[in-house]
Amino acid sequence: MTTTTTAAPVLTATGVTMRFGGLTAVHAVDLTVHEGQIVGLIGPNGAGKTTFFNCLTGLYVPTEGTVTYRDRVLPAKPHLVTQAGIARTFQNIRLFANMTVLENVLVGRHTRTKEGLFSALLRGPAFRRAERASEDRAMELLSFTGLTAKRDHLARNLPYGEQRKLEIARALASEPGLLLLDEPTAGMNPQETRATEELVTAIRDRGTAVLVIEHDMRFIFNLCDHVAVLVQGEKLVEGTPETVQRDERVVAAYLGTPFEGAPGREEIAEVEAAEAHAAEETDR
Amino acid sequence: MTPQRSTRHTTPLSRLTSHLALPLLPLPLTTARVLTAGGAALTLLSTFLAWTWTTAFPGNLTVTGYPGGLQVLTLTGAALTLALLLATTGLPGLRRLNPSRRHTATVHLAAGTFATTWYTLGAIAIRLGGLVNLEPGGYVAGAASLVALVGALALPADRTGPPLPPRPLPAWAEILLIAAVFGLALSVLTYGIGTAYGELFTGFLLLTGFTTAALFATGLGSRFTALAHRHRRVTLTAALVAAVLFPLTQDTDEYTLIIVNILIFSTVALGLNVVVGLAGLLDLGYVAFLGVGAYTAALVSGTTASTLHVHFPFWAAVLTGAAVSLAFGVVIGAPTLRLRGDYLAIVTLGFGEIFRIAVGNLNGESGPSLTNGPNGIPNIPDLVLFGYDFGTPHSLAGLTLTPFANYYLLMLLFTVLVILVFSRAGNSRIGRAWVAIREDETAATAMGINGFRLKLVAFALGATLAGLAGTVQAHVSYTVVPEQYVFAGPVPPNSAFLLAAVILGGMGTITGPLLGAALLYLIPAKLQFLQDYQLLAFGVALILLMRFRPEGIIPSRRQQLEFHESEAGADAGTGTGTTTGRGPGPDGIRLTKAEA
Repeated sequence: MTTTTTAAPVLTATGVTMRFGGLTAVHAVDLTVHEGQIVGLIGPNGAGKTTFFNCLTGLYVPTEGTVTYRDRVLPAKPHLVTQAGIARTFQNIRLFANMTVLENVLVGRHTRTKEGLFSALLRGPAFRRAERASEDRAMELLSFTGLTAKRDHLARNLPYGEQRKLEIARALASEPGLLLLDEPTAGMNPQETRATEELVTAIRDRGTAVLVIEHDMRFIFNLCDHVAVLVQGEKLVEGTPETVQRDERVVAAYLGTPFEGAPGREEIAEVEAAEAHAAEETDR
Repeated sequence: MTPQRSTRHTTPLSRLTSHLALPLLPLPLTTARVLTAGGAALTLLSTFLAWTWTTAFPGNLTVTGYPGGLQVLTLTGAALTLALLLATTGLPGLRRLNPSRRHTATVHLAAGTFATTWYTLGAIAIRLGGLVNLEPGGYVAGAASLVALVGALALPADRTGPPLPPRPLPAWAEILLIAAVFGLALSVLTYGIGTAYGELFTGFLLLTGFTTAALFATGLGSRFTALAHRHRRVTLTAALVAAVLFPLTQDTDEYTLIIVNILIFSTVALGLNVVVGLAGLLDLGYVAFLGVGAYTAALVSGTTASTLHVHFPFWAAVLTGAAVSLAFGVVIGAPTLRLRGDYLAIVTLGFGEIFRIAVGNLNGESGPSLTNGPNGIPNIPDLVLFGYDFGTPHSLAGLTLTPFANYYLLMLLFTVLVILVFSRAGNSRIGRAWVAIREDETAATAMGINGFRLKLVAFALGATLAGLAGTVQAHVSYTVVPEQYVFAGPVPPNSAFLLAAVILGGMGTITGPLLGAALLYLIPAKLQFLQDYQLLAFGVALILLMRFRPEGIIPSRRQQLEFHESEAGADAGTGTGTTTGRGPGPDGIRLTKAEA
């Protein structure tokens, strides 16, 4: 699927800059995510990807620049950002470890329900209806992510892959228009990575745009409609996966530029071939 | 990876012992059984002998032919050990006593009997000044209980047969069973409160503790939990009836006063549990909110010592007390709850002390005249509700309701209210958000939860509940003085004890703080000799608890769930895992409610 320029932008970041004291972690980054798109954000370690994410979700207030979601400037409070329609997952899984799987998803419903303390204390019919509706919706998401059977397990007792899935289900429970995934396949084996690919595609097909940070290039290039490369806090390249893949600056950013007395092209090609072969072997 | 709290994985006592590869002692099975049975039987018989020569030791253990005092406890323990051993061996009539068919429960009981007996002998020797004061009967009891313990420790770890599935009972029989269990629990509790001297109370605690552990080891405990869960309404009614009936079983005011104070203490602990157990906010000055409620009620009670010469009706006093506490809660919480971590603990600790010192100085000399300073507000009149005077005894169908019994029933109403608030708030969108904040505030905000606002709601709700309890406390104690509301002191409730009650009982549960508060009130009240070492003893007890059972005496549903998940494989057939498969009910009411 190629970029659909006709679709409306979901998220527009313009000139986002984040400084911590003297350190500029992110410098003047523009990024646009359109409806129905999966956008990838890649870059070497320490390039500022997660900082940029945190700027989008209100965890940090960008020093300069604006972030708009569906033409509304996003407030600088994480809970208001979620309320507006952007949900996220975390690089290091942050589930509510001592709550059950179902409760985790129900917490995700928080912004889409209104029942306050008094209605909880009085337990009127409206409260029961809302609780029932929330639970139905949560169960639907659990079946979407394949966790129905685990609904009463504690989140911390789930295997790693399912914790990742649960985190996505919890984020989806807030009915977001845009889902931000921070390294969703970190630590996964190839099968799990493939399952995640399918899940992300399915999320897009449900009408939620996705912005994903990832180190797994195969995952990014299989999945994304559009890829942006962040290097040392600045956007280096942006475009279709093919464009980015071919760009020499990206290779240089990841592997470094050849130094004097560097191995010749033939040698590099040889090593790459061997690596590709090895990668195929391990994937099998 | 997920943040894992390794300390949470510590297993409860019963699991611990079942994991210690039994038998500890290598003896043939028959020998072990004979030793246990013989030891238990001999212990039982020995309670009919004289253990000491003089009646100087309380309870009269000098009579041959009739057990007295602590001997009754040993007798009960030995009889239970014997019954359980026979049940586990497979005696047809008794088999149902131990559906798990493991010897673990027998070991618990033998240990309990041994501990009670040896404690008694030790207490006699220490109180009367030497072992010479023991009669032969005492030596027989000591030796026999030791033999029983040795035999029990040599019993094998394996099941003696397949675990017995629960026998289906008609609904009326199940309800009768629930009623019977509550009746039994009530009489055990009454016995414990009525124990006349410290030694008997210690023995009672020892035996009850071990017996409870044994009960859960047999699988009867979890079966009853499942049963109570099936008949939730019946269970709640039975608990309530048992609580209402309590003052009628008492003919003097002595123990009713104890229980009304326990009730105040545990209600405040339950309010603190909203703040600490659900929302995870460490409040070290919680007793100040109780004080705010009590002082407010005292000021508007119409006592001559009050500087405000007003007399509110009780309902208005309750509302005023709660509202003033709420206001203080918001004022303290609003600036501090925006911060994370330990700031709140420091501020609340300060608030608790500021409150006490401030009311101690508002006497017209050091400050405005409001609270009479250190003298407090005395002569708070008895309540009169709808013409019903709480201060005079009332006759009700041949039974007498003493003044404290009146207050007990009033306080019970407040406790039920707080329980209702706790369980309903805890099990709702708001409650889930509180737990989410406690678990991981960053993730909770990322889920759209306004952390500050919800924490403030929890903090204010906690303050209000404490204020409510305070309004009753003012009338029960007739006097309010600043020294009732200290951070730590010998008399509960104080902030440190409240927190200890929540942690000891089990955070996030209803029964936990109730039990924790009861224990923390009764132990210092009964064991006078501990007075000087009380805080030391509590420190040691808390450290031991944190080491061996960090989830508290009654683990919350979440920890129970974890317990069941890990036990599911090993115990799949015993029927103990019934709660694992069962999801939350359609109305979303979970175990926390049934625990009430």
